[in-house]
Amino acid sequence: MANSDSAFRRWLRGEVDLSAELRTAEMPAPPEEARYQPRHHTAMIHMIFRQSHRLYVALVAVLCAVLFTVLLLTAANLPAYGDGEAPTNNEVSERYVNQGVAETGAVNAVAGLILDYRAFDTLGESFVLFTALCAVTILMSRGRRKHPLPMETDYADYYADPIVHTMCKVIIPVILVFGVYVLVNGHLSPGGGFSGGAILSSALIIYAMVWGDERAHGAIRERAIRRTAALALGFYVVSKTYSFYTGANGLHSVISPGVPGRIFSAGLILPLNVAVGLVVCCTMYSFYMFFRRGEL
Amino acid sequence: MSIVQSFPLFSIVLGLLCAIGCFVVPKQWGRRMTLLLLLASCVMQGWVLRFCYVNQMSYTYTMGHYPAPWGNEIMAGLLEPGMGLLFSVVMLLSVIGGGRHIGHDVADGKQHLYWVTVDLTLVSLLAMCYTNDIFTGYVFIEICTIASCGLLAVREGGRSLIASVRYMVFALIGSSLFLIGVVFTYAITGQLLFPQLRQAVAALWAAGTYRFAMTVAIGLMTAGLAVKSGCFPFHGWLPDAHSQATTASSCILSGVIVKGYAVLLMKIIYRAIGAEVFMASGAQHMLLLLGIGGMVACSIDAIFAKRLKVMIAFSSAAQIGYIFMGIGMGTAAGLTAAVLQIVNHAVTKPMLFLSGSQLSDASHGRMDFPSLRGAGHRNVPAGILFTIGAVSMVGVPLLAGFIPKLYFAREAFALGWQRWPVLLGLAVSTVLNVLYFLYTAVLIWLPQEADCRFTAVKPHWDEFLPGFVLAGLNVAMGVHPGPLVALIDKAVALLGR
Repeated sequence: MANSDSAFRRWLRGEVDLSAELRTAEMPAPPEEARYQPRHHTAMIHMIFRQSHRLYVALVAVLCAVLFTVLLLTAANLPAYGDGEAPTNNEVSERYVNQGVAETGAVNAVAGLILDYRAFDTLGESFVLFTALCAVTILMSRGRRKHPLPMETDYADYYADPIVHTMCKVIIPVILVFGVYVLVNGHLSPGGGFSGGAILSSALIIYAMVWGDERAHGAIRERAIRRTAALALGFYVVSKTYSFYTGANGLHSVISPGVPGRIFSAGLILPLNVAVGLVVCCTMYSFYMFFRRGEL
Repeated sequence: MSIVQSFPLFSIVLGLLCAIGCFVVPKQWGRRMTLLLLLASCVMQGWVLRFCYVNQMSYTYTMGHYPAPWGNEIMAGLLEPGMGLLFSVVMLLSVIGGGRHIGHDVADGKQHLYWVTVDLTLVSLLAMCYTNDIFTGYVFIEICTIASCGLLAVREGGRSLIASVRYMVFALIGSSLFLIGVVFTYAITGQLLFPQLRQAVAALWAAGTYRFAMTVAIGLMTAGLAVKSGCFPFHGWLPDAHSQATTASSCILSGVIVKGYAVLLMKIIYRAIGAEVFMASGAQHMLLLLGIGGMVACSIDAIFAKRLKVMIAFSSAAQIGYIFMGIGMGTAAGLTAAVLQIVNHAVTKPMLFLSGSQLSDASHGRMDFPSLRGAGHRNVPAGILFTIGAVSMVGVPLLAGFIPKLYFAREAFALGWQRWPVLLGLAVSTVLNVLYFLYTAVLIWLPQEADCRFTAVKPHWDEFLPGFVLAGLNVAMGVHPGPLVALIDKAVALLGR
């Protein structure tokens, strides 16, 4: 890893001709008789196909232009942004703004809205992330095929760079602490699960970039990532089911908004923010690792 | 409130928990958990359906402590649990019938992820059926899209990657059109829940303000869902997607997923926008014409298909045309026929995919028609099932395929100018169906040639039993459609209320 004479540095010094790096595996020319020769009676079909392809492209262009114009015209027809008379300023947003703090206990109106008033949508959104994590794993996972990746060397070897390496040692803990702050203050200040999780994952990604994939693979285990994501989602589902069920059946719920403004307030919003943050963090870090090396 | 009324919530939550569980446990457990989940979902949807039928009611269920315009809500009448039950049953039979192929097509390390995507697909379909909130609908459309891409891409080899990329592109175009439509609707009404939205839309339409934006929003939402269902002419992704997946995924993709979007479209038209406004916007004529175009154009494509599964997939695209034609008729009876077509296609198409892939297994995995000659003799149960499915698709009486065609034709006479296109479309599409389905059904029963290189296979019960259950449902629907039609009539009446 700590190759002081890495390709990146040589490239910086102008010693590397990048065109030589391109793989030019020569394909043997196919024998003359095996080459594709359009037969006489298919020439007509090919011509029709080419013509219809042109027509298709023209139709697509027309369709896109029409859609573009219609969407712009509609956007111009919508109520102006910030207009007090706009239909969106109705009893719905009024209650969110006026009674949100008292009902949800969250000073941050957005957190109260997405994690209490419309928590089912947010439950769906966190499962969108989970679904995407599974789909990316299905697509990118190399599974048992442990053949070496085509590009083994890190062209940008950040570990060998004293400035980057030292700065990251200082900055990664700061990012982590900031991420945790954004997470646990989600109900008090702007932020919350989605942004806090993204900040946390950026610290992990920087670690993987500078110290190398192998080291990150050793430090942050695949099993740990999977279990964290599963536990966080499981907690979200179970706790919210309790609140949905009690709400729908008019039962008393033990969750109370508490005193707005305190760190331990707003009922489920604080733990839900942490759960969403963990899911976002695991998902984004996994995306990075899967696109980078095909495994966690 | 009866505990039964919480079953929609419980089935959704159980599905989510199962998905999380399958993500961390070994693969054998994933399969068992998913089968149990599907079975439990069948029982719960059936119970809710019975509850709503006995009490002749639809009810809303608040998701949390905040009532309608502020919090989320789900809703169950007769259509919602009915479709949920249909989807659960078909998915259960598909994963049992395609079980062997899953073991063969999906890499060992990814099998648990396959079960996760199956669970998430079920959850998203249930949520799309039950939702009473347009944005919840969008969120679960997203889950369904990504999960179905996973179902498709999980197969090793073949062209499944290309197919899933193409599917992804179309599905995302559909999602974004739908989302833009939702944003426009919200901007001019300020509501997201169906009942409030319907009032606001009716008031806006009566006042005549924002009429252009409303029309565009209706068009975008309809077009988005139509693209995702594979409505002609946006069906380019469908044949590849449905034919390249592993058998169980093919059954799920063509049997239930495309129907989920159609059901959501029905709910949006009748519960969120209101039938009157939707008819006044003119979008239903578009659906009618595109539906008829699909019925004819995709059938012609199916005739020229070179491989069995591609043919079945093109036939799906044609059958989806019937559903959109029914929605586009704009009458209650037309909608009943469309729902009948959903039921018919959901029980017939998985049967065709299951038996078709078994016939191809009896021909060394080959899908081309010359190799399939005489395949019915090599795997008799699969041959019988395929024949029943093919004859039903053509629309022979006493089988399910006849019923929606009958109701479409009957309703056509009550229409105005639409009568002739509908009747002509039905006639042409039926003739084309005869050409490709009966041809195949005869081909598999031709006597084998003396020098046939394929040997007979011994069929396993878990492969043909789900097919026979589906065939039983098909015949039952064809012989005695009365109760089903009565149920759907009531469901449609509740939907528009």
